[in-house]
Amino acid sequence: MPRIALEPRFQVEYLSVLDSDGNLDTALEPKLSDNDLKSLYRAMLLGRRLDERMVRLQRQGRVGTFAPIKGQEASQIGSAFTLRRSDWMVPSFRETAAMVWRGWPIDKLLHFFAGRLEGGQPAPDQHDLPITIPVATQLPHAVGLAYAVQYRGDDAVVMAYFGDGATSEGDFHEALNFAGVWHVPVVFVCQNNQWAISVPLKKQTHSRTIAQKALAYGLPGLQVDGNDLLAVYAAAREAVDRARAGDGPTLIECVTYRLGVHTTADDPTKYRAEEEVRMWEQKDPLTRFRAYLEKRDLVEVGLEQRIDDEIAEAVRRFEATPPADPLTMFDHVYAAPPPGLLAQRDEMAARERSAPAPAGPEPAAPPDATPMRGQRRTRR
Amino acid sequence: MAKLNMVKALNLALLEEMERDNDVLVLGEDVGVDGGVFRVTDDLQRKFGSQRVIDSPLAEAAIIGTAVGMALYGLKPVCEIQFSGFAFQCFHQIENHCARYRMRSQGRFHIPMVIRMPYGGGVRALEHHSESEEQFYAHIPGLKMVIPSGPRTARGLLAAAIRDPDPVIFFEAKALYHAAKEEVPDESEALPIGRAQVAREGDALTLVAYGAMLRVALEAADVLLAEDGARVEVIDLLTISPLDREALVTSVKKTGRAVVVHEAPRSFGPGAEIAASIMDGAFLSLEAPIRRVTAHDVPFAGFAREKANVPDGPRVVAAVRETLAF
Repeated sequence: MPRIALEPRFQVEYLSVLDSDGNLDTALEPKLSDNDLKSLYRAMLLGRRLDERMVRLQRQGRVGTFAPIKGQEASQIGSAFTLRRSDWMVPSFRETAAMVWRGWPIDKLLHFFAGRLEGGQPAPDQHDLPITIPVATQLPHAVGLAYAVQYRGDDAVVMAYFGDGATSEGDFHEALNFAGVWHVPVVFVCQNNQWAISVPLKKQTHSRTIAQKALAYGLPGLQVDGNDLLAVYAAAREAVDRARAGDGPTLIECVTYRLGVHTTADDPTKYRAEEEVRMWEQKDPLTRFRAYLEKRDLVEVGLEQRIDDEIAEAVRRFEATPPADPLTMFDHVYAAPPPGLLAQRDEMAARERSAPAPAGPEPAAPPDATPMRGQRRTRR
Repeated sequence: MAKLNMVKALNLALLEEMERDNDVLVLGEDVGVDGGVFRVTDDLQRKFGSQRVIDSPLAEAAIIGTAVGMALYGLKPVCEIQFSGFAFQCFHQIENHCARYRMRSQGRFHIPMVIRMPYGGGVRALEHHSESEEQFYAHIPGLKMVIPSGPRTARGLLAAAIRDPDPVIFFEAKALYHAAKEEVPDESEALPIGRAQVAREGDALTLVAYGAMLRVALEAADVLLAEDGARVEVIDLLTISPLDREALVTSVKKTGRAVVVHEAPRSFGPGAEIAASIMDGAFLSLEAPIRRVTAHDVPFAGFAREKANVPDGPRVVAAVRETLAF
């Protein structure tokens, strides 16, 4: 009765194409047109500039708490770029760059972070789920969508996003397990940004990689340099093609870093060293890719200004929206509101009639309300 | 008309709905080859194949979570949770997502799914196999909570739940699965969700019950008629949420008295909402306080003590007599 190693032996690969010193592995370099390269850079830069703008808007009290993406642009854009419009994107709550790439209007996202559910309404033809906040709970939805795609005989692929903290949740493991058993066209993209609020990866898991967790479920798992747009793209391309060909799901671990706060209510100086942040800033995904484009003479003149103008225009549209009508909160509870709910709506309507809400974009926080950390006490 | 027990009646509803709509599929633990531990999905996999009647891995959260994804795509999954006591492992998917997707997406998505669960006592089962937890679901905006009381209502309400565009939690009383056979119509039948039925007309008092407690209430009404000459009106709620307040108020305006019976623990249970609704709508008609006959506020106490905990005919009769004498 021997004790023997079982076959197959498993291995986990790490992929890097363009490192932070600008070294390029030409054998692994994906074939992308000049136009694609320009679009990719533009999408990353838009993600970065919007992120910085949204942090300022939050500090000014013009939007609420928001989870910045700074540092994770390559992980998001490199992966989402491989999707067709007809494919499905399933975000968590830190995918602003990918969501804008997928077609979410910027002003709609601003509404979301200003507490208006209108911001979570995808367009009728848009194959994107809205932001999901409870960690990892969106992953079974992605698997179910992929099952439905297969059931209907469609050829779409589903891409689901989550962070390193999510891999400790049961829903992550259940989703990978179901995806493996059902062999459905889904790609799991983990943005391993090293920190789940204040808890570092080494306290999150004892595994050497997150990618290897796929192996237990019979799926391929690949770790990539998440700040290397070309590596993320190459890995996602391979996974999406595999899924579309009917060859099942993949887990991609993008090793990246959250350069900013967890959310605008967070103060990372409490739990991580500045030197660590400085070290990761040297690996900034935009700097690296911009240098790559410069060598090819593909950097567009005036791009930053055009992007800032686009963001400013979206902010103007967002702030010109009339105040939210409270009565519409009853519209999307059920297909047809039951009598008890209609009665509550009538109660509210009567209150509104007797005390009309003050005009203005949004009611200011009451003066005695404690502001979120980092938020100014008064609205400007 | 065929005479069926509740298991067969539920099975018939699933069969009919799957035949009329290819988007309806069934998933859960042991629902395929085995036909479900209570045989409610018996033979469906043989008829519709393993892609449509899915023996899922053993994980409640992913059963509900993947069904949410299927529903987002436009399918109409009918999930089976093997016992309602295990549904806390998927409660977050139900509350965070089934109930909220219509709202979160402002109508772009909705979740046309049904979650079937056997609930309640009466089958001498272990912990987590005998509880009544309808109050958790009834409290969640965006969900509907349905509990049939016998074969005909089970078949008609399950058909309605499957056709409903919103998520429906569908509780099946284990005590009723094989309790009695009932005539069900030959033609497919969908009963309205959100509508109670008057199970027996009367004028002395309104007795409100649902699920397995309907039989207990009817038994009590028989005793009260025979021994006291009191004609008690029995309301079969059928839908816990949205509550048919109109039916309750109409009845109590006629009778002036009410007793509510449920198998769930008393505090913050459906009886409280039912009593408050009656107070709101029929306060000036009330001749006596509204009494609740329920299980006690204790965790599962073992089936050896179940008879003392779950309401039975004599407890209901006693509560009605006290209310009539008030």
